[in-house]
Amino acid sequence: MSAEPICGADIVIKALVDQGVDVVFGYPGGAVLPIYDSLFKQNALRHILVRQEGGAVHAAEGYARSTGKVGVVLVTSGPGATNAVTGLTDALMDSVPIVCLTGQVPTHLIGNDAFQEADTTGITRPCTKHNYLVKDVADLARIMHEAFYVARSGRPGPVVVDLPKDILFALGRYTGPETGRHKSYRPQTQADPARIDEAVALIAAAKRPLFYGGGGLINSGPEACARFTELVRLVDAPCTLTLMGLGALPASDPHFLGMVGMHGMYESNMAMHGCDLLIAVGSRFDDRVTGRLNAFSPTSKKIHIDIDPSSLNKNVRIDVPLLGDCGEVLGALLSAWRKEPRPEASPGGRSHAAGGAARNAWWRQIDAWRARDCLRYDRGRSDLIKPQYALERLYALTRERDPYITTEVGQHQMWAAQFFRFDKPYHWMTSGGLGTMGYGLPAAMGVQIAHPDALVIDVAGEASILMNIQEMSTIAQYRLPVKVFILNNQYMGMVRQWQELLHGGRYSESYTAALPDFVKLADAFGAVGRQVSRPDELDEAIREMIDTPSAFILDVAVDQTENCFPMIPSGAAHNEMLLGPEDKAESPVSEEGMVLV
Amino acid sequence: MADPVANIERHTIAVLVDNEPGVLARVIGLFSGRGYNIESLTVAEVDRVNSLSRITVVTSGTPMIIVQIKAQLSRLVPVHKVHDLSDEGPFVEREMALIKVAGRGEARIESLRLADIFRARVVDATTESFVFEMTGASDKLNAFIALMDPLGLVEVSRTGTVAIARGPGRF
Ligand SMILES: Cc1ncc(C[n+]2csc(CCOP(=O)(O)OP(=O)(O)O)c2C)c(N)n1
Ligand SMILES: [Mg+2]
Repeated sequence: MSAEPICGADIVIKALVDQGVDVVFGYPGGAVLPIYDSLFKQNALRHILVRQEGGAVHAAEGYARSTGKVGVVLVTSGPGATNAVTGLTDALMDSVPIVCLTGQVPTHLIGNDAFQEADTTGITRPCTKHNYLVKDVADLARIMHEAFYVARSGRPGPVVVDLPKDILFALGRYTGPETGRHKSYRPQTQADPARIDEAVALIAAAKRPLFYGGGGLINSGPEACARFTELVRLVDAPCTLTLMGLGALPASDPHFLGMVGMHGMYESNMAMHGCDLLIAVGSRFDDRVTGRLNAFSPTSKKIHIDIDPSSLNKNVRIDVPLLGDCGEVLGALLSAWRKEPRPEASPGGRSHAAGGAARNAWWRQIDAWRARDCLRYDRGRSDLIKPQYALERLYALTRERDPYITTEVGQHQMWAAQFFRFDKPYHWMTSGGLGTMGYGLPAAMGVQIAHPDALVIDVAGEASILMNIQEMSTIAQYRLPVKVFILNNQYMGMVRQWQELLHGGRYSESYTAALPDFVKLADAFGAVGRQVSRPDELDEAIREMIDTPSAFILDVAVDQTENCFPMIPSGAAHNEMLLGPEDKAESPVSEEGMVLV
Repeated sequence: MADPVANIERHTIAVLVDNEPGVLARVIGLFSGRGYNIESLTVAEVDRVNSLSRITVVTSGTPMIIVQIKAQLSRLVPVHKVHDLSDEGPFVEREMALIKVAGRGEARIESLRLADIFRARVVDATTESFVFEMTGASDKLNAFIALMDPLGLVEVSRTGTVAIARGPGRF
């Protein structure tokens, strides 16, 4: 405990520094001026001035997801706080640890409809993991530390601390991080040992096992991902990952089948449908993954490792639920697995050894599914860039540089997930649960702040990029070399695709008529811009982009009519995938499917 | 999960929470936001020293939904414990109601007679009205209130259900 009382704003800054924070993404306003004053007087914390508060939260998400640390946001009361709501919801859905400090009118004015007053704790209650309104400066230091504790423990998520202005001026005593361990919130991290043995027995007996890893693995950390990879290799079973889980198992590992779900790989979805044991790790049986629930993985027993008790048995009945931290539980599974003598899988590759003939048959089946080559697409006219081709080239020309990829939301996002192959966690940042257009650019900004020398690319659509385009100005201010790779089809492509498949090709409001000139727009923001429309110019343009030391917008004009496949139409099952345009007539979307999003 | 509708069960769940601002809003918001039923909900501080409140909520749903409700409740940060009394053995459930009946003559005498049979207490009386206080199982309260209806029932105020497990065990 520090001897001298200090003002609330100084307590806030001291708490941030003691929590190991080095950067805050924010935007000032009346209610937080005391904090900005304290920021001004110190050097330990860097403040990144965004151009809209929504950008601050996504930037903090990008920072958090590419480092495993808590992202920190500072915004003013009223409109500052309400602008942050989309980002908070995004962070809640994707379990991103964020601490968001919001200014508030002084305590004596709360409830008075004061200038720039909003019921921030009321508005953010359903879109945060937890929130606080600080009413006494004596509680401030503890609440600040507790906010970090809650944001990062258990299933991570966003926490709001609402700070009335009088509290920021009031004098109080600072207490250290040790006071921030919540008095009762202790998520269970170790699973029940009896259940571990049950799981091991199931895995050993399985003829057609499949691992299904998700974002929880990434949240649990690189060590958890390494254990996961080790277990997959020891068991010698195929493995699929969710959109949020990409990178948890190296994509180059022969056990990896690719992404699962609505736009996942044919082999992944067929394997989910046909497996006799599904081992879910840090994944949540989201509707984008399961397709029609009553047809989901009908012949499998299910093991599910998750830190969140409400994820277990939520959508799908689980035979062996393992409540705990992925990394801890995988560690326990690994040691239990090693206790029994088992046929060795060849290091780093599939041996087909474990489990004998049945396992061999399973791998043969998987190879047959793989042979369908579900990402194959028609190259089409030689003067037209196919979006898939653009991403294939982007991946090929950047993979050596170990890039960090963020995305916006739409077709380009799904193609990026399909065509980029991630060998490590923390390199793929996308808005999965909420599907927030406008996420990618500010997220890339946050990633670049955390990794100043890395290649950071926002794979964007021309519609999404306009949702937070103002952040180009932040990128300019801090000289961040963020690359924006726009797949420009002039359509809200994903909307157009659904209109084509579900609404008789009536393209209601999905075409953008007056798009900006992205080259001039880049120029206006002090970045370099280039437009490319011919396949034979593409490689050179990509090279120019990655070799340019500054921010860069590459506007790639792509085929406007291309649809994203494979696709499980809404309301359909995994074995009812559409593999390409020629498939769609056979499987019209059911009436039940029409109402799903 | 599409459980058959016939599978709907009624559960009484006790939740021990930090008595802090917003905690009730969190619990109620969870039920409304996720589309769960609330048949009754009561809350009051039960531990002054540790500042803990106890919420008793009566809800209904399929077995899978009930499990979900408990899991969702237990992951709220200020929630200490969640107990499904319906699942954990015998428990007592009680509710209190204040029932105002107005009338004269035979109806008034009849209401008093019934109150006596139901062990309701008179807590306020004027020459043309009574307020009865009655504690018991919700069904019993319902039955009494139904009987009062033709006898000049004016208004009813009910606490909602509180419940506790039988035997010496502690929450
Ligand atoms: C904030 C927000 N508004 C609306 C949507 C619905 N939506 C999903 S994808 C999409 C179109 C995206 O278009 P674009 O960025 O050009 O990407 P494309 O699909 O063409 O690759 C829309 C409107 C959304 N996901 N987010
Ligand atoms: Mg588009």
